[in-house]
Amino acid sequence: MRNHRRRGLTALATIASLASVSVLAAACGSDGDDSENDGKVSITVEGWRPGDEQGTIDAVNKLAEEFMKANPDIVVEPVEWEWSAETFSTQLAGDTLPTTFRVPFTDTKGLAERQQIADVTEYVNELPYADEFNPSVLAAATGTDGKIYGLPTDVYGVGLHYNRHLFEEAGLDPDSPPTTWDEVREDADAIAEATGQAGYVQMSANNTGGWMLTTLTYTLGGRLQSEDGTTATVDNPATAEGLQMLHDMRWEDDSMGKNTNFEWGTINEAFAAGKVGMYMSGSDVYNALVTTNQVDPDSYGLAVLPLSDSPDAGVLGGGSVAAVSAKASDEEQAAAVLWNDFYREKKNYDPAAAEADAKVLAESDQPIGTPTLPIFDEPTWQGVQDAIAPYVNVPQDQMSSFREGIFDQNLIPEPSSHTQELYAILDAVVQKVLTDENADIAALLADAQGQAQALLDS
Amino acid sequence: MSSLLTRARGSASTLVFLLPMLLVFGLFSWWPIVRSVIMSVQQTNLVTDPEFVGLDNFRAVLEDPLLSTAVQNTLWFALLALVFGYPVPLILAVIMSDVRRARGLYSLLAYLPVVIPPAVAVLLWRFFYDAEPTGVFNSILGKVGLGPVPWLEDPAWAMPSLVIEATWAAAGGTVIIYLAALVSVPPEQYDAAEVDGAGVLGKVWHVTLPHLRGIMLITLILQIIGTAQVFLEPYLFTDGGPNNSTLTVLLLVYRYAFQNTTGGDYGKATALSLMLALTLALLSLVYFRLTRRWSE
Repeated sequence: MRNHRRRGLTALATIASLASVSVLAAACGSDGDDSENDGKVSITVEGWRPGDEQGTIDAVNKLAEEFMKANPDIVVEPVEWEWSAETFSTQLAGDTLPTTFRVPFTDTKGLAERQQIADVTEYVNELPYADEFNPSVLAAATGTDGKIYGLPTDVYGVGLHYNRHLFEEAGLDPDSPPTTWDEVREDADAIAEATGQAGYVQMSANNTGGWMLTTLTYTLGGRLQSEDGTTATVDNPATAEGLQMLHDMRWEDDSMGKNTNFEWGTINEAFAAGKVGMYMSGSDVYNALVTTNQVDPDSYGLAVLPLSDSPDAGVLGGGSVAAVSAKASDEEQAAAVLWNDFYREKKNYDPAAAEADAKVLAESDQPIGTPTLPIFDEPTWQGVQDAIAPYVNVPQDQMSSFREGIFDQNLIPEPSSHTQELYAILDAVVQKVLTDENADIAALLADAQGQAQALLDS
Repeated sequence: MSSLLTRARGSASTLVFLLPMLLVFGLFSWWPIVRSVIMSVQQTNLVTDPEFVGLDNFRAVLEDPLLSTAVQNTLWFALLALVFGYPVPLILAVIMSDVRRARGLYSLLAYLPVVIPPAVAVLLWRFFYDAEPTGVFNSILGKVGLGPVPWLEDPAWAMPSLVIEATWAAAGGTVIIYLAALVSVPPEQYDAAEVDGAGVLGKVWHVTLPHLRGIMLITLILQIIGTAQVFLEPYLFTDGGPNNSTLTVLLLVYRYAFQNTTGGDYGKATALSLMLALTLALLSLVYFRLTRRWSE
């Protein structure tokens, strides 16, 4: 009897082990190459950001259906995705990256150098507008080897976003936003005094502190790196002036609030919640403020950044490149570029495509008319703006300062070498100034200069 | 002969019983460890074949100026956690074991923070730690004329703030362990101590603590190993800031692996992980050698 029971248990254990082996085998097995069944090519594409509303998802899915109708050999599956260095490498290692996704200008060259995104020169060159890109924009999508690693699809200039309601509460005119940094400081002080909210806030965490310190430096006529990316110029008078201004606003005026740990997402959240008077971010951030943070459109205002008198003063320009996974097959790469042409690029070039796109977006109440900058030449950009004009649903008159002023400003690209690492070094500098009243700005910059140069020499 | 056969059959069935666990452990615990040892001497872009680079990754980590910051911060966290976090559960357990009524309720209250998902707890505390005078903790302190405290917004305050939350979150588990051990203390010994004229503190010192010694030594090393690997709090509260004042060793590992813009430097990340693991293994070994006499 005992033996019998034992045999039963052994059998049970054997079954359990076999079952666990097969489960493990299934879990560890490759996902198989099912991308080319029935002669069709299947690709996954960046569709919407985590937290986006249903309307955004519906609009992308609808456009994907249209694309598949026009390209019956391609199956497109839009998925939730947002660029983050943290998830990128994990997804790359685990084979779960979408076939195509957008990468910031700052990261394109590094990813290309490490062969983590695909060289798509041959497919981009087949597009009708391949020769017509604004050369400085196309340069952002070009690797150091001269090959093209994606389509530059959106270009922004940094602007000053402000809360019109807080301006009114503080007795300021929301239709005349500040035009000098001194005025920014005065207005911030007035807002903090009258409303108890932070008058001006600057991002400081997760490399955005460096990004925004670079922007501030540019507006004051400084640079953080030589144009060829070989020499660090972090310790310069403009950066010191910018940091001193932040220090004084934080510690003398107390107009920046007590919480200073903000990055792109959290500052948008705080702004949409009415806790921030003014902040700097890309000119296209209004889209995210609407689809992710449900900002009150009446409260929103966008102005150009104040520039100093220096002839070198300018505004930081950036953008995204629609890149393709290095692990995609040739057919998938070709299909991905076609999709990016249809979904992201053609509407920047062809007024008819722009109008069709705007129509779909309008049906799902998505923001149309947020300020962007030309990817091709200015007449092309203007043609597109005219085509979508009937569908515009964002408060463009509240963005007039930016819309009218941006083309008079000198657009300066981000530092070209080791950009994000440089930003990480600068994050610490900005955080120190915002959290320590006695921070020694000169010493901080001298130290950061050493680190940044060591980075470029490595 | 037949007993040999029975024994052989017995060990075969033992092996079969063990197999699922061995497989799961092997695949999800041991294989990653082996992989990380291999990766620590490689450089990979995760697309093409990795390249062996010898000890370059270890050298690069040791030359990183942030490493000493991270080590110092980790030691600071461990020390603070030891000073605040280690005695708290012990005191709570001793008090609770003396409570006659509603002991279950107190155990529940002490254990509740352990049940809350750690990420949720941190997000909740981030809200409590709002540096404005209107923040939750600051308004409470304001009522008694203290503060406002810059909690996470000041390089000097940030680490203690992290330790307070970590202590709150972890104390419950240790309290339960101590409580279980306290039940085994024979009540006669307390009576005897009382007859000998011992007060409450005397009873704790002469009866309770000697009984808990073995457990206390284990929880101490577990706490040291745990705090040396602190990651969640600095990552979610401050991301290592302000000005790297809460950058810990594990957060530096994470930065190498995932926040590196060039798509992940797994070589450096695994190299530093291995160094940390070896240090902790050595530390535990020395610790057990040194304390062997006390724990008997």
